[in-house]
Amino acid sequence: MSTDVLTRRPAVRGLLAENGPLAALVALAVVLSLLSGDFLSVTNLLNVGVQAAVTAILAFGSTFVIITGGIDLSVGAVAALSAIVLAWTSTSAGVPWPVATLVALVAGLACGLVNAALITYGKLPPFIATLAMLGVARGLALVVSQGSPIAMPDAVSHLGDTIGGYLPVPVLVMIIMGVITAVVLNRTYPGRAMYAIGGNEEAARLSGIKVNRQKLITYALSGAFAATAGVVLASRLASAQPQAASGYELDAIAAVVIGGASLSGGKGRALGTLVGALILAVLRNGLNLLSVSAFWQQVVIGVVIALAVLIDTLRRRGSA
Amino acid sequence: MSEERPRPARGQEILRVEGLGKRFPGVVALDGVDLVLRAGEVHVLLGENGAGKSTLIKMLSGAYHPDSGRILVDGAPVEIRSAGDAQRLGIATIYQEFNLVPQLSVGENLALGRPPRRFGLIDTKRMHERARGLLARVGVEVDPKTKVADLGIARMQMVEIAKALALDARVLIMDEPTAVLTTSEVERLFAIVRNLRDQGVAVVFITHHLEEIAQVGDRVTVLRDGRSVTEVPATTPQDELVRLMVGRPIDQQYPREAAAPGAPLLQVRGLTRAGAFTDVSFEVRAGEVVGLAGLVGAGRTEVARAVFGADRYDSGEVLMDGRPLPGGDVHAAMEAGLGLVPEDRKGQGLVLGADIAENLGLVTLRRATHGGFVDRAGQRTAAGEVAARLGVRMSGLGQEVRTLSGGNQQKIVIGKWLLADARVLLLDEPTRGIDVGAKVEIYQLINSLTASGHAVLMISSDLPEILGMSDRVLVMARGRLVGEIDAAGATQDAVMGLAVTEVEDARVH
Repeated sequence: MSTDVLTRRPAVRGLLAENGPLAALVALAVVLSLLSGDFLSVTNLLNVGVQAAVTAILAFGSTFVIITGGIDLSVGAVAALSAIVLAWTSTSAGVPWPVATLVALVAGLACGLVNAALITYGKLPPFIATLAMLGVARGLALVVSQGSPIAMPDAVSHLGDTIGGYLPVPVLVMIIMGVITAVVLNRTYPGRAMYAIGGNEEAARLSGIKVNRQKLITYALSGAFAATAGVVLASRLASAQPQAASGYELDAIAAVVIGGASLSGGKGRALGTLVGALILAVLRNGLNLLSVSAFWQQVVIGVVIALAVLIDTLRRRGSA
Repeated sequence: MSEERPRPARGQEILRVEGLGKRFPGVVALDGVDLVLRAGEVHVLLGENGAGKSTLIKMLSGAYHPDSGRILVDGAPVEIRSAGDAQRLGIATIYQEFNLVPQLSVGENLALGRPPRRFGLIDTKRMHERARGLLARVGVEVDPKTKVADLGIARMQMVEIAKALALDARVLIMDEPTAVLTTSEVERLFAIVRNLRDQGVAVVFITHHLEEIAQVGDRVTVLRDGRSVTEVPATTPQDELVRLMVGRPIDQQYPREAAAPGAPLLQVRGLTRAGAFTDVSFEVRAGEVVGLAGLVGAGRTEVARAVFGADRYDSGEVLMDGRPLPGGDVHAAMEAGLGLVPEDRKGQGLVLGADIAENLGLVTLRRATHGGFVDRAGQRTAAGEVAARLGVRMSGLGQEVRTLSGGNQQKIVIGKWLLADARVLLLDEPTRGIDVGAKVEIYQLINSLTASGHAVLMISSDLPEILGMSDRVLVMARGRLVGEIDAAGATQDAVMGLAVTEVEDARVH
């Protein structure tokens, strides 16, 4: 594939050729719209957006971490804990819901900071530190809720509704968090530092980047994003459930990697992660429309994750 | 390709390369290279960084596939599409980064992939016996049970050579094997290379040290800009080799223009870290180049890193412009105007997967952040200017640093500190593994920096370089400063004499 052929093609095709995951998403959508008449309806597409929202928000947070070469296994558990904190403080402790929401976000942030402290000062591998946090956060969610769902305050439950009867709030939140992710990664000091740290931590340190401080910011962001995802999920369900978002950390990681990031660090983009989360949601939605059994869906999604990364790897090797 | 390869007669052609070409996006790496290898010769590949040596050997070892031209082995055209193909053809390559598994023993490494088996289990005894035989052929005394991680670099290299012999290599390619060795280790390596040559192996030898060519080589193929320029005997005079390699004569290898030193910028007093360096004191004045000489392991790198705040120290102090710097704080050192160009360019100086603009802007990232946002357009413009000033050969600012030649990579590391306007640069082996042309460019850069009132502390193991480019030379031995010599009247012998000083004899305060 020579570059001079590409430049003569229209911009859209150029964009797709440059962006493998996006091309895959478009191809998937085309195939599904041919196979199922319901797929392309506005209602269904918005439904896909709602289904993608929680994974996407978790994945945006994980994007920061993965770009620094780390991993955050605790995001699903932190999401559940934050939602429980919100529901408990407002319902049982009677705190006004805006304050309760803030407390929930701070709880997520704090979990991220603890992760970062274990990784930077405790020198634990990110895998271990966040695996431990997964257990602790999930356990705390069960302890606080005593194992049962807690109703969300009404005001927050409306987050699961739509704006103007049309735009679902989870989709809006997903878009806002995506834009924040893109801006942080591309335009802010911590964002640029994340790429440098993931690319070569020692070179970043010797260039005056305070690596530990930047990692604190990175994991704190991941925690805050997880809390946001938890609130969105609970508002959709109208209750906070201690077992919610189990295993979502793996979906988040899959979305980031499908979106073109490298687990060895230094690579990753907000748009890629969004596309990765959408691919997962579109796939689930399409398989449902086609009445594929839930058991087979898992098989298909596993295969797609492997294929996505495989194709990307081969493509990069071909052009290198 | 039979299993039992007959030893070819000495001088018989083994491998021939004709009109080999390779393009990468935006760059023509090779553009018509010819090379003839004969049994029982040491063939030196000579060329500046970026001339195409690495690309050529990667094609011979199966890492890249040529776009044009052909490779013949024993007169028959061959396709080398993988490392396995190269192995079957008897071509072995020893890269600068070794292909050994550090956690395994020497014997296990030598038998990697095809260990001798008995009843399905690995026959350790036979494996070690075989290893002993191979190591003896190389002439190195290593117990095959030793873990590779416990060996020094020189011995690891010899294990690599033994590994190549285990594969019955007829062509042995060595990519800058002497770059990591001390003088006495180089002598041993040469003896091994000559021995292999006498056994009928064709050795391809890459080096930037011109004096090594006559010592070990038979013939030289000179590469320039992706083409093979000529083939000459290894006895060709050095200045002629330089002319062939660069395409023009280099008038002056060390163009130092000393300026009158100004006020002291960097002062180091009594710097000590247990086990690394003791009571090191010196100062660097504006406009000066101060050389820091000594044997490998004398503590030079450790001192430079401690001064820069990359590592901590136990006692002593570092002052910039008379103000003390906090220990172990890179950021503070940087803010005060210090910059470090580390010895390990790829491991510590660069983010290899990022592009040129990104790497050049690394130090100035904080300064380019206004109101929370990084001015990336401004960063890019500044990077473009400094890349042009340094004469970086690139396809554009978006090129991945990984794909640049060593000399150009080093220019990027120095460039990020130029952008930060560091007033004292600590250069640790700034020209190691860099070709003659790029070396002179870096020397000229040092001159222009000092002419504008900046200062340089240069660590180098290359004595002609340190004498040629420094105004004063500090010599370290065993963690202590053992002397200071005015570079103008200094000789290599004088520096070496100090460098091998036993500390007991040294007059330190």
